[in-house]
Amino acid sequence: MDPLSLALIAVLTGAIAFLLTSDKGRRGLELALRSLWLHKLRSFLSMLGIIIGTSAVIILMSFGEGSEKDVLDDIKRLGTTNIIVRSVKPPEDANSNMRQRVATYGLTYDDMELFRTIPAITRMVPMRIFPQETRRGAKGHNSRVVATIPQYAEVNELKPVQGRFLTEDDEALMNNVCVLGSETAKNLFPFEDPIDSSVKLGQFAYVVVGVLADRMPTGGTGGSQAAEDFNHDIYIPLSTSRGRFGDRIMIRAAGSRSMEKVDMHQITITVQDIDKVRPVGTMIREMLADAKRHPRQDWALTVPLDRLELVERTKANIRQSLGIYASISLLVGGIGIMNVMLATVTERTREVGIRRALGAKRSDITFQFLVETMVQTGIGGILGVGFGCSYVFVHALLHSMPQFSFLFQEGSPSPILHLPSITWSLTTAVGVGVIFGIYPAMRAAHMDPIEALRHV
Amino acid sequence: MANEVLELEDINKFYSGTLHVLKGIELTVREGEFLALMGPSGSGKSTLLNILGCLDKPTSGSYFLGGQDVSTMSDAELSSIRSRYLGFIFQQYNLLPQYTVVENIEVPLIYQGIRLDHTTKKRCEALAELVGLGHRLDHRPMQLSGGQQQRVAIARSLVNRPHLILADEPTGNLDSKTSVEIMVMLARLNQMGKTIVMVTHENDIAGWARRIVRMRDGNIESDEANEPWPLPEGAPELPVHLLEGAA
Repeated sequence: MDPLSLALIAVLTGAIAFLLTSDKGRRGLELALRSLWLHKLRSFLSMLGIIIGTSAVIILMSFGEGSEKDVLDDIKRLGTTNIIVRSVKPPEDANSNMRQRVATYGLTYDDMELFRTIPAITRMVPMRIFPQETRRGAKGHNSRVVATIPQYAEVNELKPVQGRFLTEDDEALMNNVCVLGSETAKNLFPFEDPIDSSVKLGQFAYVVVGVLADRMPTGGTGGSQAAEDFNHDIYIPLSTSRGRFGDRIMIRAAGSRSMEKVDMHQITITVQDIDKVRPVGTMIREMLADAKRHPRQDWALTVPLDRLELVERTKANIRQSLGIYASISLLVGGIGIMNVMLATVTERTREVGIRRALGAKRSDITFQFLVETMVQTGIGGILGVGFGCSYVFVHALLHSMPQFSFLFQEGSPSPILHLPSITWSLTTAVGVGVIFGIYPAMRAAHMDPIEALRHV
Repeated sequence: MANEVLELEDINKFYSGTLHVLKGIELTVREGEFLALMGPSGSGKSTLLNILGCLDKPTSGSYFLGGQDVSTMSDAELSSIRSRYLGFIFQQYNLLPQYTVVENIEVPLIYQGIRLDHTTKKRCEALAELVGLGHRLDHRPMQLSGGQQQRVAIARSLVNRPHLILADEPTGNLDSKTSVEIMVMLARLNQMGKTIVMVTHENDIAGWARRIVRMRDGNIESDEANEPWPLPEGAPELPVHLLEGAA
């Protein structure tokens, strides 16, 4: 809990303690509640602005919290100590009017050897990724072949639900084995146990040795980092892919096909600790920027840690704009309450006169009306917090139930209750009561008692 | 000679600089008096009552209440004087509608800064019983008749054991039968030693007082003793034992 919230809670509990323990405070509170109860509808309507303001703050902050968690989870899935280097197909050369028959680009095994000279790197996982239909008998599945090494499982924290992931032996022996993503397995083996069955990729058959659990897709961040859905993957050893598919890959798309020669589509580099992520990233960037190696920009580098900082910055921006929205709505609410209080003061002129005649000081009258406004905004704040929290809970609940998924846009965040916003909005609401209550209360206190007594 | 409750010395009151409403009023009221202040409208009697009630300040002159000069006091000090030494009875009763009978009687104690507890509640209930409303303790003013409301107001004016009770046309809104009831009650309180200053324009009502001051054009026109009406046959005695404990 941050110190600001603690301070606000202290002020709030102090005020409540004063109202409840001191005789004057308790009486003021009781009187305020009674007067508000006397005009239930009016009190509720004038509180509405505050209710909407506080609940809006809580709901918006909770959505902010939820989407932030989504992004953070995403970054964690990519790994904060990881650097991801990808091959990018450069645009066709403008001056060649003939299309190259085989597009050659991207990261090479040489690049990888060069990266090995950086001591801070603890692990490198190369990947070749290409679309290829997986067949099993008459069934086919448009899957994505990922040829990689066993460490891939460590980097991505994968756990097979059945069988095992690829092993060093598979890699060394170029075994014809594969591990299926959950969707691939479901499509090809709707009823049977896939383990030890075989599937066909191109002309060759592979033995299924494992099936992976469902994986959350990563969101695309634009640029080089596209959104990925891992559940349609099929994993085979990297050495096997080089042996079976060769260096050239044929990509069939609707009505066309193209060839490309790419050593590796992606290398996920793990750095030993988080402080070294950026320097290593810079070194790799410099290595790849060497014009002799890559005359064209056919690579891209992603540092998830950078996104983490982006999130922090965005968070601060969101907080600020939410603060502005919230202050506007609470300001409007406060003006509404002030308006009603001014009317109330006029309506109760006679009451003020009676109290003054019976010995009330100006400060007593100020206190009475001020407490009334504060109670009003306080109750409004509590109702707003109640409404905001219930909305967040209901939304999150519905969001988590698959049968209500039609209510939400794909990938929309689920809100997570943002606790500090409860104390902020409550104290702000009461503060609004003080600020907007002072003027009507002073006006009541400064009425001439004789005039006030004559008031009908 | 009884102690002076209040003493006015050369009280002048101007409104908006030029309107001379009270012209050098001299008046002394002693403990145990029952004074009726009479005069046509515009004679300045209401202004005088407001000054006596510390709701208004004289433009010049001195006002001693219980020996203290209150004519130079601040607003907050005057509020404190009102809550400690004065009891008010109004023509319009002026009870607070959101409060019950007992709570209305308690109000002056609140502004004295007294902590309301079991003892004060008992006292307020005793006062309600004194004015004959012991069975209506939890009623709201709206549920009471005019006479009953005025009796609550009388009980309220007694709760702070005031030096002086100020009554502004206490029967102005009541029928004659109820008026008599209220006046009998005030007369009884006076017999028990309470000092009362009452504004009225009805001779019948003024006849209950023991001293009648007539005003005209900001001056005291006459100031004479009066033989009050005899209490009617079978007029109820006030349960004095309640008052002794309570007021």
